[in-house]
Amino acid sequence: MTNIDQKHPTGTDEFLKGIWKQNPVFVQVLGMCPVLAVTNTAVNALAMGLATAFVLVMSNLVVSSVRQIVPKQVRIVSFIMIIATFVTVVDYLIQAISLDLHKALGAFISLIVVNCLILGRAEAFASKNGLGRSFLDGLGMGTGFTLGLLCLGGVREILGSGSLFGVSLFGSSFQPWVVMVLPPGGFFTLAGWLLFFNWRAQAKARSETSNVKETLA
Amino acid sequence: MNEDPLWQIFLNSCLVNNFVLAYFLGICPFLGVSAKLGTASRMGGAVTFVMVVSSMCAFGINALLTAMDAPYLKLISFIAVIASTVQLVEMFIKKMSPALFRALGIFLPLITTNCAILGVALFQTNKGYGFLQSLVFAVGAGAGFTLALILMAGLREKLELARPPEMVKGAALAMILAGLLSICFMGFAGLGN
Repeated sequence: MTNIDQKHPTGTDEFLKGIWKQNPVFVQVLGMCPVLAVTNTAVNALAMGLATAFVLVMSNLVVSSVRQIVPKQVRIVSFIMIIATFVTVVDYLIQAISLDLHKALGAFISLIVVNCLILGRAEAFASKNGLGRSFLDGLGMGTGFTLGLLCLGGVREILGSGSLFGVSLFGSSFQPWVVMVLPPGGFFTLAGWLLFFNWRAQAKARSETSNVKETLA
Repeated sequence: MNEDPLWQIFLNSCLVNNFVLAYFLGICPFLGVSAKLGTASRMGGAVTFVMVVSSMCAFGINALLTAMDAPYLKLISFIAVIASTVQLVEMFIKKMSPALFRALGIFLPLITTNCAILGVALFQTNKGYGFLQSLVFAVGAGAGFTLALILMAGLREKLELARPPEMVKGAALAMILAGLLSICFMGFAGLGN
């Protein structure tokens, strides 16, 4: 992205940056607690991602619309109150839709309040930008977060229980890799993904430098 | 009402269900402040203190809200209490030890968004602990958090001397370390229930 683009990014850019360039899970490494805790199956990961995305979009909208009224000194507290309200809404919503899911996610739905990603977007983006842009930013970041959670949840479920979204993949002869659904598996899977992205970035940088060398020669 | 004996609650919250390594709560400060041993132990102390105070407040609030029949206000009032406790601790540390205040930096106000603290408040109400049980639970969780932070800092100080490959450096290496620590803590699983 050039400097000119950064000054006047289009709406599509605001949306896409959350999915790829500034992906909250793999690039910014924000909001790690739910990322690691509830990704032992793909369904849990998807539900958690959607819940977080909803809170993110709504809080971005409200924060953006009250940004001129709230005094600077109390802004963080007010943002947290706004976020907490929407998290309470989501908590009761999930409880109404599926009690099993609510039980599986447990306290982690309430813990969306303290997800640094949401407060981070409210503070860094929504409190400085208009309604439309904040909405797109929230939507993009939420989608990126959900995708990141799915990447982890998918890998952990396939390796740890030999299934994806509850559908068995390998038949009965598969010996599940139990450690992947247990807490250490979360750390290892995330480390694996981070290694993969680092390796890709390095390979890209290396090919670019070799291209420059070729043109110079 | 929960009838668990106190020592069991302490062991559970400190080792068996360690907040960082088994519940993944408070990962941000765990990765952010664990580079130096001294800072790590003081951060652990600050977090434990906020945990204990906010756990006591949360117990009172929960009783009040149950009496008022307004459980939907729980989350909002918990977070308000934690935010004000952190503000208090921040002023206290700034007055008592400006050096520590500088060393902790941005992570001090970020204790507000530390999931471990809200986690203690939420878990103790979910499990229906009494006042003394809540207190022991909070102390245990704080001790567990401090222990994990110190272990991690020790490992990372040693790793300064090693030369990992370029692509492993940074977050990926910290994650692998945390995973290994987490496997070690799984060894405690037989202790509790």
